Amino acid sequence: MDIRAQTAVVFHLDKCIGCHTCSVACKNIWTDRKGAEYQWWNNVETKPGTGYPGKWEDQSIYNGGWVKDANGRIQLKGAGKKKGLLNIFHNPSMPTVEDYYEPFTYNYLNLIEAPPGNDQPTARPVSLITGEPMDVKMGPNWDDDLSGTPDYARNDPNLAALTPAERSAMFQLERMAFFYLPRICNHCLNPACVASCPSGAIYKRGEDGVVLINQKVCRAWRMCVTACPYKKSYYNWHTGKSEKCILCYPRMEAGYAPACMHSCVGRIRYIGVILYDADKIEAVASAEPKDLVARQLDLMMDPFDDKVIAAAKANGIADSTIKAAQNSPSFKFIKQWGMALPLHPEFRTLPMLWYVPPLLPVMASVTQTDGAQKDKLNPIAKTWTDNWLYDTSTEELWGTVEQARFPLKYLASLFAAGETGEVSLRLKKLMAVRIYRRWKTVGDIPEAKMTKALKETGLTQESAEAIFYLTALAKFNDRFVIPAAHREQAMEMLEFTGDVKGSTGFGFREKPERGM
Amino acid sequence: MELSNVFLFVGLPYAALVIFLIGTIQRYRNKGFKVSSLSSQFLEGRALFWGTVPFHFGILVLFFGHLSAFLLPGPTLMWNANPTRLITLEITAFAFGLSTLVGLTALFVRRLTNVRIKMVTTKMDIFLELLLLVQVVFGLWVAVGYRWGSSWFAADLAPYLWSLFKANPDITAVGAMPWPIKVHIVGAWLLIGIFPYTRLVHFLVAPLHYITRPYQRVMWNWDRKAIRDPRTPWSAMRPKNN
Repeated sequence: MDIRAQTAVVFHLDKCIGCHTCSVACKNIWTDRKGAEYQWWNNVETKPGTGYPGKWEDQSIYNGGWVKDANGRIQLKGAGKKKGLLNIFHNPSMPTVEDYYEPFTYNYLNLIEAPPGNDQPTARPVSLITGEPMDVKMGPNWDDDLSGTPDYARNDPNLAALTPAERSAMFQLERMAFFYLPRICNHCLNPACVASCPSGAIYKRGEDGVVLINQKVCRAWRMCVTACPYKKSYYNWHTGKSEKCILCYPRMEAGYAPACMHSCVGRIRYIGVILYDADKIEAVASAEPKDLVARQLDLMMDPFDDKVIAAAKANGIADSTIKAAQNSPSFKFIKQWGMALPLHPEFRTLPMLWYVPPLLPVMASVTQTDGAQKDKLNPIAKTWTDNWLYDTSTEELWGTVEQARFPLKYLASLFAAGETGEVSLRLKKLMAVRIYRRWKTVGDIPEAKMTKALKETGLTQESAEAIFYLTALAKFNDRFVIPAAHREQAMEMLEFTGDVKGSTGFGFREKPERGM
Repeated sequence: MELSNVFLFVGLPYAALVIFLIGTIQRYRNKGFKVSSLSSQFLEGRALFWGTVPFHFGILVLFFGHLSAFLLPGPTLMWNANPTRLITLEITAFAFGLSTLVGLTALFVRRLTNVRIKMVTTKMDIFLELLLLVQVVFGLWVAVGYRWGSSWFAADLAPYLWSLFKANPDITAVGAMPWPIKVHIVGAWLLIGIFPYTRLVHFLVAPLHYITRPYQRVMWNWDRKAIRDPRTPWSAMRPKNN
């Protein structure tokens, strides 16, 4: 048993309102620089949709992540020692600026400096790369709320899992329902970017599991851009170095939540430590697709177990980190209550950002009617021109979940490598907590029905109450349980103090200029 | 004539080698951030393919060809003793030379015509690509016009190069060479001399160590077990990512 600590994140999708505050907070702090304008270390996508960069989930285009070879061993799909070094001069699967979007600004100065003329001066969009006027064709979130349009939703790679009939039902539904998928770097346990880096510039920090790119060692071989199946490693075209989400490690070392989480309006984000067994990583990453979620849960160890604590201490994990692991909201959502799922576990990178799947869009159903109901209506009543009926009523306990009207297969393709069972179990738990709270506060649900709901999902009244608390009432310190780096070591995490004696501050002691 | 030969084939080489050595070390140590291949594939990918692939594979073969004739002149001459093997070698080398020329031309055109690529182009890039173009064109000319290069390089030029490294320069053979060959040699020394101040430095950081390292890399900034041991001296511990 090789116990290590990992900072794990949970996003509660039921609460995400798609406001992009997280993206803006991140952009303002980290990527508001030349060469990084197009990079959104945090972005929010509308699902169903194609995302950013376009169709990033489709690995037949981008060749990211790991795949199992004939011997059952996992290999990088589009990078690795052989493929990476052979394609080092030209990387065939690397996305170019068109796959993201060309960064732009507006020529605002023209509004006040234009010479007198007959027409109103305008602020034309100009490219942030070339400075030339351009026609803006795409932005980082231009699929926002546009789930129903053919350009975005119908090109969603996850739709491949659905039959044509299911798709057609979903397209009716998506005019009314969609959900948001906020994404940051997953800080994976089996990171493909680290494995693909020919220079060895990318590494995982042992202390907290944050995956970082050493800017001085990066040589722009750009294999990480291909290898990351989530497309969360970005190439800075100006400095000639790759960059990625750093999980705001300077903030975390001081005990603060990362900026995207700190600023989250919907309070959907939770961050905490989990202890995991590093010996099992390779076996878990090589598991059968149907077992991927369950095996990843096995990897996470109980922080209250004496043996685990002893092994953690033997590995030099600080007491404050172990204590944080015991209070970790991530551990509760992911392992203790089993309510979260990893995004695309079939990429086999063992992502450490888990999502509580969204219940709300599932609650509604769409069925085709024969028009008999419509005929009974008053002729002047407003009716839809098509025969689709949008319905939220249900008699059965799990009616809306099990009838799978917002296809569970779609959610399963996103979060469970196609295993609908994993998704429906979590949705039922979300429903059970609601049924429990409704029984308690409104009282119009019989106790027998509430008890049955809890029993079938393996919850108790106490755990339902705890889930309700952490979901709806949790305060700042409940959502973010971060062990600060020990004060006496906080600075030394970054630098050897001797190096900065006689100077002020830290950071680039050399201007990050593009090389000669 | 004699004096200019001394300057071009003794002075220039030594100056170039000194600048190469000191400049490379200085650049790597003081401006490590700027050592990068400076890929522009992100800005333009399709035209790059037709330039960079033929160029890089071509120039790698040419580089190692020149290097082996310099390091192993005897075996090279022995290989060339058989006409079939000599012609095979020459034709192969010429093919890779053409590939370099085609690739380099494509890269140069791309660099001059693509607006985005212009934004990441420095004057040194233009100068370097022009110098490389001249070098490759003269190299091909020499290969066609003064056969057979691989043999006389090993017989006449390798001793000249060795004499330079032995600090006992002998330029009688070089001084008698036809002028296109002289241009090619001077171009080579110029390239070595400006090497540390160009994007060529990425050649020195070619990621060969990737072949032997394990895929995953976990780095502890501090060895926490050692840090808690009062017997380890504080000053001996440095963060590993720095």
